[in-house]
Amino acid sequence: MFYVLPRFNYYRPNSLDEVLKLINELENYKILAGGTDLLIDMRIKRYTPRNIVDINRINELQYIREDNEYIRIGSLTRLQDIIESNIIREKLPLLYNAVYNMASWQIRNRATIGGNLCNASPAADTAPPLMVYNAKLVVSSINGSREISILDFFKGPRETDLRNNELLVEIKIPKPHIHGYSYRKIGRRNAFTLSIVAIATYVEIENNIFRDVRIALNSVAPKPVRAWSVEEYLKNKRIDREEIYKASELVVKDISPISDVRASADYRRKLSIILIRETLFEASKITG
Amino acid sequence: MKVRFILNNREVEVDVDPREILLDTLRYRFGLKSVKRGCERGECGTCTVLINDKPVYSCMVLTVQVEGQRITTVEGLVNDDLFKKIIVSFAEKGAIQCGFCTPGFILTAYALYRIKDKPSIEDILKALEGNLCRCTGYKKIVDALTSIRS
Repeated sequence: MFYVLPRFNYYRPNSLDEVLKLINELENYKILAGGTDLLIDMRIKRYTPRNIVDINRINELQYIREDNEYIRIGSLTRLQDIIESNIIREKLPLLYNAVYNMASWQIRNRATIGGNLCNASPAADTAPPLMVYNAKLVVSSINGSREISILDFFKGPRETDLRNNELLVEIKIPKPHIHGYSYRKIGRRNAFTLSIVAIATYVEIENNIFRDVRIALNSVAPKPVRAWSVEEYLKNKRIDREEIYKASELVVKDISPISDVRASADYRRKLSIILIRETLFEASKITG
Repeated sequence: MKVRFILNNREVEVDVDPREILLDTLRYRFGLKSVKRGCERGECGTCTVLINDKPVYSCMVLTVQVEGQRITTVEGLVNDDLFKKIIVSFAEKGAIQCGFCTPGFILTAYALYRIKDKPSIEDILKALEGNLCRCTGYKKIVDALTSIRS
């Protein structure tokens, strides 16, 4: 064993109720879902939890369902199941595109959508599409359930709004209206890479006017963010090349990138502006 | 902690500390040296095994998590026709240099051909994106896999 994991107590509950009881009592625990972030983070001692609660037996948290208003994804749904779902491909193309471009087959077979969100990396790739879809996150504890807008869920790098005794159980996405969309992910290579910037752009257009514009980016702030300034500027304006250029520059107000091993802050700022233009052109089907 | 699972079509039981990873169990307790230790952080693919026919990185799975599951390594496939077809093609096309990445590539390719008879080039590239080869530049590996489409 070259890298040895720190010691921990291992719990493997068989039902959601058992999980909720356990995490209500345990201190210093981590939930083990896909493990593709957690086990690595434990190996490098970013986390040294005394207790590990393995939720992989909780099949009731693995589903993709559709009703009249919402598409509902169980938090333990594997990323590979998301891209193999017709519901997701047809109804939530931005989420499909984002997950298709995440990690590798081996990782997608383990990694879960709930894990990607709760790990709360500033580079979480499921976040931008879910943020433009205005997804709601259903979290449960022994005291009941509550809903958190995904826009309020991330508090900072690896910090979320989850309380110690709460588990993310469902991602609930309001069914989108007819919309144009575009997704881009820029990394250091094309496949199997971390985002330098990823962007999801969503537009609703009526008579050549932007009725709704929603743009979210990751890796350009302590948490995934919406480009509110750009959105506000464009709403109810005519689709116009010059206006899109002007609007794209405003994104610098919404982001606060840092320089790290993958790219400099300045590069990320320039890239964000260019990607906003490109995705808006593509989403509104005009050529730049 | 006792863990029972199916390893290469055989029922096995081990007694492990919860922190032991599947990679170490397979190499040290079962001597399956085809499962290579590479990056140990889910980036290289050389420790790939199949869990219930799906490729996963054995460095990212705790052994206690495979209770009741079916694990396959290349050692368990030596009499399998599809497996033979893949390794013959790798040999004929020269899709091997140092060989360190090869068991991982073979398992991922095997898993792909199990679910798709005639994968497109894009399917093949997509399936293989989590296996790194530092010798061949992938061209011959992709050639080996496209040439067995039928």
